[in-house]
Amino acid sequence: MALYNSNRGGIIQIIISVIVVAIIGQLVSLQILSNKYKLAADNNAIFRKVIYPDRGIIYDRKKRALLENTISYDLVVIPNEAKGVDTTALCEILKIDKEEYNKRMIDVILKNTRVKVGVFEPFLTPELYAQLTENLYRFPGFSLSERSIRAYPYNTAAHVLGYVAEVDVNFLQKHEEEGYEMGDYAGMTGLEKQYEKALMGQRGVNRFLRDNKGKIQGPFEKGQFDTMAVAGRNLYTSMDVEVQQLAEKLLQNKIGSAVVLNPKTGGVIAMASSPGYNPNLLTGNQRRKTIGNLLTDTARPIYNRAIKGQYPPGSTFKPLGALIALDEGLITPSYGYNCFGSYGACGDPRKCTHAGAGHAANLQIALANSCNSYFLQVFRMAIDNPKYGSAKNGYIKWKEYINSFGLGRKLGIDLPSENKANIPDTAAYNKDFGNPKYWNSCFMLTLGIGQDRMTATPLQLANTMALIANEGYYYTPHLVDSIEEEDSEDKAELAKFRTKQDVTKISSDIYKVIKEGMHDVTIKGTATGVKLPGHEYCAKTGTAQNPHGKNHSIFVCFAPKDNPKVAVAVVVENAGYGATWAGPISSLLMEKFLNDTLTSESTVKADNLAKVDLMPEEIKAWYIKNNSNRITPVDEYKNDELGDVWEMEMVSDYKPKPKVQDTINKIIDSTNKTKVPEEPIGNKIKANDTAILIEKKKKKTLPPKNVKNT
Amino acid sequence: MSKTPNPNSFSKGTDLAVIILYFTMIAIGILCIFMVEYTSTGSLSNSLIGGKNSYSKQIYFAIFCTFIGIFILLLDSKVFTAFANILYGGGILLMLATFVIGKNINGSNSWIPIAGGFNLQPAELCKIFTALLLAKFIAKPETDFTKIKSQLIAVGMIALPAALSIMQHEMGLALVYSAFIFAMYREGLPPVILIVVLSFAILVIATLLMDPSLLSLMLTIIAGIFILFLIKRFKRNKFKILLVIGIWGICFGTVKFAVPYIFNNVFECYQSTRIYSMIGKEYDCSQNKKSAATAIKKKGKKPDDYNVKQSKIAIGSGGFWGRGFLKGTQTRGKYVPEQNTDFIFTSLGEAFGFVGTASFLLLYLFFLFRLIRIAERQRSTFSRVYAYSVVGIFFFHIAVNISMTIGLFPVVGIPLPLISYGGSSLLTFTILVFILLRLDADRQMVIR
Repeated sequence: MALYNSNRGGIIQIIISVIVVAIIGQLVSLQILSNKYKLAADNNAIFRKVIYPDRGIIYDRKKRALLENTISYDLVVIPNEAKGVDTTALCEILKIDKEEYNKRMIDVILKNTRVKVGVFEPFLTPELYAQLTENLYRFPGFSLSERSIRAYPYNTAAHVLGYVAEVDVNFLQKHEEEGYEMGDYAGMTGLEKQYEKALMGQRGVNRFLRDNKGKIQGPFEKGQFDTMAVAGRNLYTSMDVEVQQLAEKLLQNKIGSAVVLNPKTGGVIAMASSPGYNPNLLTGNQRRKTIGNLLTDTARPIYNRAIKGQYPPGSTFKPLGALIALDEGLITPSYGYNCFGSYGACGDPRKCTHAGAGHAANLQIALANSCNSYFLQVFRMAIDNPKYGSAKNGYIKWKEYINSFGLGRKLGIDLPSENKANIPDTAAYNKDFGNPKYWNSCFMLTLGIGQDRMTATPLQLANTMALIANEGYYYTPHLVDSIEEEDSEDKAELAKFRTKQDVTKISSDIYKVIKEGMHDVTIKGTATGVKLPGHEYCAKTGTAQNPHGKNHSIFVCFAPKDNPKVAVAVVVENAGYGATWAGPISSLLMEKFLNDTLTSESTVKADNLAKVDLMPEEIKAWYIKNNSNRITPVDEYKNDELGDVWEMEMVSDYKPKPKVQDTINKIIDSTNKTKVPEEPIGNKIKANDTAILIEKKKKKTLPPKNVKNT
Repeated sequence: MSKTPNPNSFSKGTDLAVIILYFTMIAIGILCIFMVEYTSTGSLSNSLIGGKNSYSKQIYFAIFCTFIGIFILLLDSKVFTAFANILYGGGILLMLATFVIGKNINGSNSWIPIAGGFNLQPAELCKIFTALLLAKFIAKPETDFTKIKSQLIAVGMIALPAALSIMQHEMGLALVYSAFIFAMYREGLPPVILIVVLSFAILVIATLLMDPSLLSLMLTIIAGIFILFLIKRFKRNKFKILLVIGIWGICFGTVKFAVPYIFNNVFECYQSTRIYSMIGKEYDCSQNKKSAATAIKKKGKKPDDYNVKQSKIAIGSGGFWGRGFLKGTQTRGKYVPEQNTDFIFTSLGEAFGFVGTASFLLLYLFFLFRLIRIAERQRSTFSRVYAYSVVGIFFFHIAVNISMTIGLFPVVGIPLPLISYGGSSLLTFTILVFILLRLDADRQMVIR
């Protein structure tokens, strides 16, 4: 036949080419343009086993572990392999029903998919662990997985150390780039959060090849992509376990806070906040229950008052007021003020505790006697300083001084969510009093004695003591002195704690005058009754008025007078005179730190102080009421919320908040609080009565007995 | 027919390029099967010659096929024309025989067990016989392939084994017979038919994609516009208006009745599902009357698009350079079902990436073009038609097989020529190629 159709060969070639090009086009899109297939393949076949390193340990200054790790076991399951499980037996061991079993299984699948390991029952008790090990062969797909949990051998410093918890969705979103996964644990508060990077260490990942039935075939690529787990690094803090324990003990049955600083380094020796909680209850399987209780407690035991509590400093502010006046040259140490029991220069007279002539004859005597009139006068002189032209400018200058003392701003301690407390600025007063032309020093007169709208945290108060003790500088208060194997990043982080904060530019002579005045406080002034065996010390009492009830008892001090080694601030809320409660607590803390031990007399004093119950009545009433209605706590709390719940603006509001009765529950921490004995349900009413009786009895048998002086 | 081989004709005139390509492909195929089957246990040489693994078996198949190839090259080229009728008839008989003595493998009883545990699939061999018969028919001097009658006879020859394949539930094999359209087109089948077939395919796909009512409305509007614009012409020729209405009627019928009927009553549920899943839709099996009974059995199986999904993952994960020899996780983890046979392309794609797949395709393209060149240099129509049939069969297999692994075509079980594991398939393609080589060696002769 003729070749009359020979051009059709070409057409066929074209058709073939077109189709081949189409196929290559699809290959380009599959193999070059899209990388989702690579991911899909890895998801299919590569099984990542994460190896969790031990978290770093936190030591005190004598290398005692405040916080360490122990082993706990979880019952884990791979849902896909859990076939032919003897569910009845398993449910019996775990004491759950079939429905709960199914529910947990679904939870595990939702969280970690069918083919990954998920936690079925966390934190097994030793008995459960033993029972499960014996019977594990009956539960294919289930296994026991070891995990390291936190333990607190001294049961102390819960607020400072913070806690770890399983990360939630919010956390994962916030820390997207840091490689956390569902089921990981991370520090949520305190040092655990602040030093998460160092403590966490580096997780190791082993990759395994898995076939289509989920069976592991061996290491992927001979393990060349596997990473080793690197253990978390330890933290060495400036804390002293014994001082810390003493501080917590002394604050028992009280609401308040104590901060003990080393003025030479800025290291925090102890930081207590009361009421507190037993940190061991926030690990392991009690965690859910405990956290619910802690969150609903009206006394807010999770709240670290040492860095978040805002208290009017009251008279403890007076040395600072004097510093300003001396530095500005407004007064000399011999300046005296003729006080007859009140200050009337601004109209409405302000009372002073003393009326005797000459109790403010010069600065030293005025400090010793804590004369209100004297320091109100000094404050007015600073505000109305003719050098600055107007009260507004005077105030701005005054505030500059105050801020340089570390008040009204964050000090930068290595704990999350420090509060800067409050030194009002001119805007605040403009708002209240209108144009600054119209306001003068009389409008905010009581700032001069640490009242008005001035607040400070116990940490800030302790820091002012360090400042005076050092005669003009301080080191940023911090807990961590060093990190194990510090890298350059850690060094940069810690550098600010190792640099002298020389901010006030006031000469040390002026500080010496103040020191002498504060020394007089302890020998012939308001704190005469507070003794520090073996050392001379300097102090200032404070009895701060506040809108929430009785005055706060405040005491700030440092010792020894020459070459100070310790600076302390103690606040006991709604307790009365500074020298009565905060004073003895402070002196005991100083004694413990300086002498390393307490005299037998001091030990008795400490024991008695620990027993004194200064809880406000409202709180006691709340405990009694809510303990009688105890129900199972709500168990779903987001970890992140914990921090925020307590972020609220605070000047200790103890009025029990109205709450839905169902969700309220309270167990008083056995170590530091009033304990209401548990009774069978039938005896509840009786239990209430006895509880009230116990409270009343206590009040009668333990009257305040220490000091009368302020 | 002479039984004594002509010693000169063996090497002389045999196309060396095709032979090299043939062995290259087989080597690539064994390599791919090796990648699929390989496990690190045991010694390599043992497993290669042990005959227990598929790659080892494939090596033996290849050796056997080489002997068959040599045997074919030793035959006289006239033997193919002479025996074309008988072979075709025998093939059809064998296919019919499967209905009686057929062995069920993978849900299709198109296999006949032969000695030694091997099975033969007559439908595979029938491709060769059909090609020979078609070539012989067209090459007959009395056949005028421009005539509709001859074309219909040719289509009948092709349609018979195709129909039998459908009855054996071998959809893929049946489709292969459409590959003969290349040969027929080359010999004078009017291009209009190609266009009509193509338009019809588009119409079917459109039916699946669009709402049938909307589509039929659109068709009606198009027909209406045609009539309106060409109304003057139609006045002169009443026949043409009937033609337009006729075409409209066929289209309308296809959309409204034929396609739904085929999908619900002719195709199996899984076939309909596969086709629907191609265009990203879901097929409701409850509409399918044919597989209502089998539907229950399939419960709990992996979803139907599992194959394609895993196959795409395997190929896609290869990336540009591939994951490397024996390093493909999809392959090692056996995620792709039937990876030895129908999805062999995935192991290549995963291990050697785009570079591998593209070079492989170009190799195939070169092979096909070489066959076309051979076809065009034949003096005898028989050889040319046969050559084009081979081109068509090869190309159809390659295009459909690769397209289905990359999600361009529904999954039909047809192997990748010379690469996929399987003796029957390898033998068929070997015979196809070597008969062509034998004919080509005698290209100066006119064979009828």
